[in-house]
Amino acid sequence: MESSFAITGKDYTLIVSDTSAAHSIVRMKDDEDKMRVLSPHLVMAYNGEPGDTVQFAEYVQRNLRLYGIRNNVELRPAAAAAWTRRELADSLRSRSPYQVNLLLAGFDVPSSRPALYWIDYLGTLASVPYAAHGYASFFVTSTLDRYHTPGASLEEGLELARRCADEVEKRLIVSGGGWKVRVVDREGAREIKLREGQA
Amino acid sequence: MARRYDSRTTIFSPEGRLYQIEYAMEAISHAGTVIGILAKDGVVLAAEKRVTSKLLDRAEASGEKIFTLNSNVVAGVAGITADANSLVNYARMAAQRHLFSFDEDIPVEQLAQKLCDLKQGYTQYGGLRPFGVSLLYAGHDPHHGFQLYHSDPSGNYSGWKATCIGANNGTAQSLLKQDYKDGMGLWEPAPKPAEGEPGAEGEPSKYGAVELAARVLSKTLDATTLDSEKVEFAIITLDRKTDLPKPRIFKPEEIDRLLAKYELGKPSDETPGTGTATPAAVAAGSQGERMDVS
Repeated sequence: MESSFAITGKDYTLIVSDTSAAHSIVRMKDDEDKMRVLSPHLVMAYNGEPGDTVQFAEYVQRNLRLYGIRNNVELRPAAAAAWTRRELADSLRSRSPYQVNLLLAGFDVPSSRPALYWIDYLGTLASVPYAAHGYASFFVTSTLDRYHTPGASLEEGLELARRCADEVEKRLIVSGGGWKVRVVDREGAREIKLREGQA
Repeated sequence: MARRYDSRTTIFSPEGRLYQIEYAMEAISHAGTVIGILAKDGVVLAAEKRVTSKLLDRAEASGEKIFTLNSNVVAGVAGITADANSLVNYARMAAQRHLFSFDEDIPVEQLAQKLCDLKQGYTQYGGLRPFGVSLLYAGHDPHHGFQLYHSDPSGNYSGWKATCIGANNGTAQSLLKQDYKDGMGLWEPAPKPAEGEPGAEGEPSKYGAVELAARVLSKTLDATTLDSEKVEFAIITLDRKTDLPKPRIFKPEEIDRLLAKYELGKPSDETPGTGTATPAAVAAGSQGERMDVS
């Protein structure tokens, strides 16, 4: 049920998550935010085992925040991804591993480039131009393979994101409830609407 | 009076002083000088060696004063050599721990802080004596570019444009104050400021940072002339092609060439101590690499 995908463009990264929170056959909530803003230029979308997800996401968020306060400087996306991956890899060989998959979307200020990392619960890390987790990945990966171009503008990126969302809504058996979209660029992370007139 | 309050690090004197730390700093003031200068394209460290002997096996040994802590930081030490080696080892491990967790070079200030946290602990817990070492950290990171830090046995640190530690550091510091100019390069002097800008009325800068370090060192040294047996030099720059930090500790032949270039070494008709400054050796040294091109 859980879907998330992300796209890099010329000078931004878009990250999209579905907003439905369900327990078995009941939809409890349709406006759940499955992302955490880790630092001024880094957003993380999570999905996986309920409970583990929020626990791990907040653990990462608070540790990165502490780093920023202690050292007066934000951890760059690559370093934050490496640290997060290390935590998951360590957790894997513990009594009860975190079963959480992540997309880390950011903007690397020193090099002025967008950054996107796909991380899974085993501690696999890949730096990618676009990525997806969950059921969406079955549909969206091929859409992005076909239509993604590097260096696209924000408008083009949003159009591509709409294509992906449309595909998931059309073909996934259960409705995702809606989409939460954030864009990370030089100015920071902000929420953005996928379609006009959407909540 | 101080006798009663100076035997343990973990107690204050009635005047509010920590004598052990002051005594540690006193030990350092007898050690070989280390000078550090920040330039716009790099940082230079120059140090005076105290342990000199013809019998020393220079070829295999590591330096006495200047060490690489990580691929983006070099350090110069002054004080008790054994303490210094222990701190250098700790710093190297701290840098690798950071690399392990974050897959990036440790920012220079954070490395200085880690060492300072360790040093401060020895002034407060455990009843052990402080480290009798001051360090100069010269490094680069993408957050703040080139940086120079100084830390002392109290665990205090600060960032500098030019500073020095060890013997005669007062003399060296005032010389640096006179001749340091903002915007100086490692190998070129600072550009002359335009009319009306601050600094335009003063003496124009004559030296690049490396030359200034060599000149200040020669003035503060006990000996009359410099040679590669008595000094260590290191620079850290950014590799032009890869944009990665490049630390470089000069080999003895390179130091001899440098000193000859600035006319600070022994006059050329004297026989050099270990024969390393012969023309053939100088040409063969560093595989023809130019010193002033990073």
